[in-house]
Amino acid sequence: MPAARVIARLDVKGPNLVKGIHLEGLRVIGDPQAFARRYYADGADEILYVDIVASLYGRNNILEVVRRTAEAVFVPMTVAGGLRALDDVRDALRSGADKVAINTAAMVRPELIREVSEAFGSQCMVLSIQAKKIGPDRWEAYTDNGRERTGRDAIEWARRGVELGAGELLVTSVDREGTQKGMDLDLLRRITAAVDVPVIACGGVGTPEHARQALTEGGADAVAVASVLHYGKHGIGALKACLAQAAIPVRTSA
Amino acid sequence: MRSAPTIVVVDYGRGNLFSVCQAVAKVGGAPELSADPAVVRAAERVILPGVGAFGDAMEGLHARGLDDAVKAFAATGRPLLGVCLGMQLLLGASTEFGDHEGLAILPGHVDRLPTPVPGGRDKIPNVGWCRLEPVRDGVPWSESIFRGVKPGDFAYFVHSYAAHPDPGHRLADIEFAGAPACAAIAAGPVAGCQFHPEKSGEVGLAIVDAFVNRL
Repeated sequence: MPAARVIARLDVKGPNLVKGIHLEGLRVIGDPQAFARRYYADGADEILYVDIVASLYGRNNILEVVRRTAEAVFVPMTVAGGLRALDDVRDALRSGADKVAINTAAMVRPELIREVSEAFGSQCMVLSIQAKKIGPDRWEAYTDNGRERTGRDAIEWARRGVELGAGELLVTSVDREGTQKGMDLDLLRRITAAVDVPVIACGGVGTPEHARQALTEGGADAVAVASVLHYGKHGIGALKACLAQAAIPVRTSA
Repeated sequence: MRSAPTIVVVDYGRGNLFSVCQAVAKVGGAPELSADPAVVRAAERVILPGVGAFGDAMEGLHARGLDDAVKAFAATGRPLLGVCLGMQLLLGASTEFGDHEGLAILPGHVDRLPTPVPGGRDKIPNVGWCRLEPVRDGVPWSESIFRGVKPGDFAYFVHSYAAHPDPGHRLADIEFAGAPACAAIAAGPVAGCQFHPEKSGEVGLAIVDAFVNRL
């Protein structure tokens, strides 16, 4: 049985690690490699790099950051942001990434999910879903960092994505992202009940208790955390110690 | 001072070879990516990586003449490490997407992981960090690539299929769906890890170190 994973999420704009609230209002935090190395040493189970401007401007300069990180960071890395075609995925994997997370391009052309999973294995095809609550028990999938509506029901989209070959889902609550006010547990419950692949919960962790809730009540397999790490509020080690105390299996040695 | 041991990493157009090479370099080895059968045959040590489907990987090897080269290399008795799908390829056959023959360097076959109970934490693909445990009547860790590993250490797995090697070649297991699943194999100079040592933190680096510098 795999341990629950704590994933360090690093949003990257150009050469900088940045962080916003609700995926907007960015602040520069520092050098992404330095932060990734520290999180690795602290016991992060994975690194998630998100190129937050790639799908806006069609740029993809994050691979250099990934390459340099891979020299010193020996845990899985996922790259998200602006990946549109099989060649983009191949370039990411060649740069040291193990998985790619795709949102916009899969929304535009869902067959991309199948193509990526057939070419590189479903394990490397993570479907990124940005979900915004639009009513009682209803969520809409968004693209472009929560800016663009798609009209798609997020739960249905999750199910469809897995049918097409997604090996994992990265589920970000647009409402909670960057708020540190806790994760959208209803959303997580609905998605983890709808699919049988691992689900990474993202958006809203402000305390170890929030992570615990996502992993137990929400049924998630992993939590991705950003703000609390970057601002030094809680370290990975402290988060994991709290999870272990709550009897959630976590990897304890680095 | 002796020079850094050269590790030939077999490049047959699949997988994240960059990270394997980085891990080899990190422990003081000199990684050399190669798709040349002659280079593989003449190597001191070889890593056979692999991500994706079994049949597709065998085709990739065969198209480059690398299947025979890896077999010939293994026959020399020099150290060979299969990683993830690369470990599975060392065995005789797999049932992934139809029946496929493997390199048959070691006896055994590859089959889908047992179906886990729905709603539990075990899922297929099995993605994440699992605890490595020694195997009763299997290979002892002290003289193997696991010499730096402690029972219960975590390693990073991504797989839907599992190896069923000769019981005497079993080096480590994980628990999946309530039963042991093969995590690593060893037979003399040939070894394999179902997990990704290059992505398994310091535990993984200790394994790569043992292969590069000690085996």
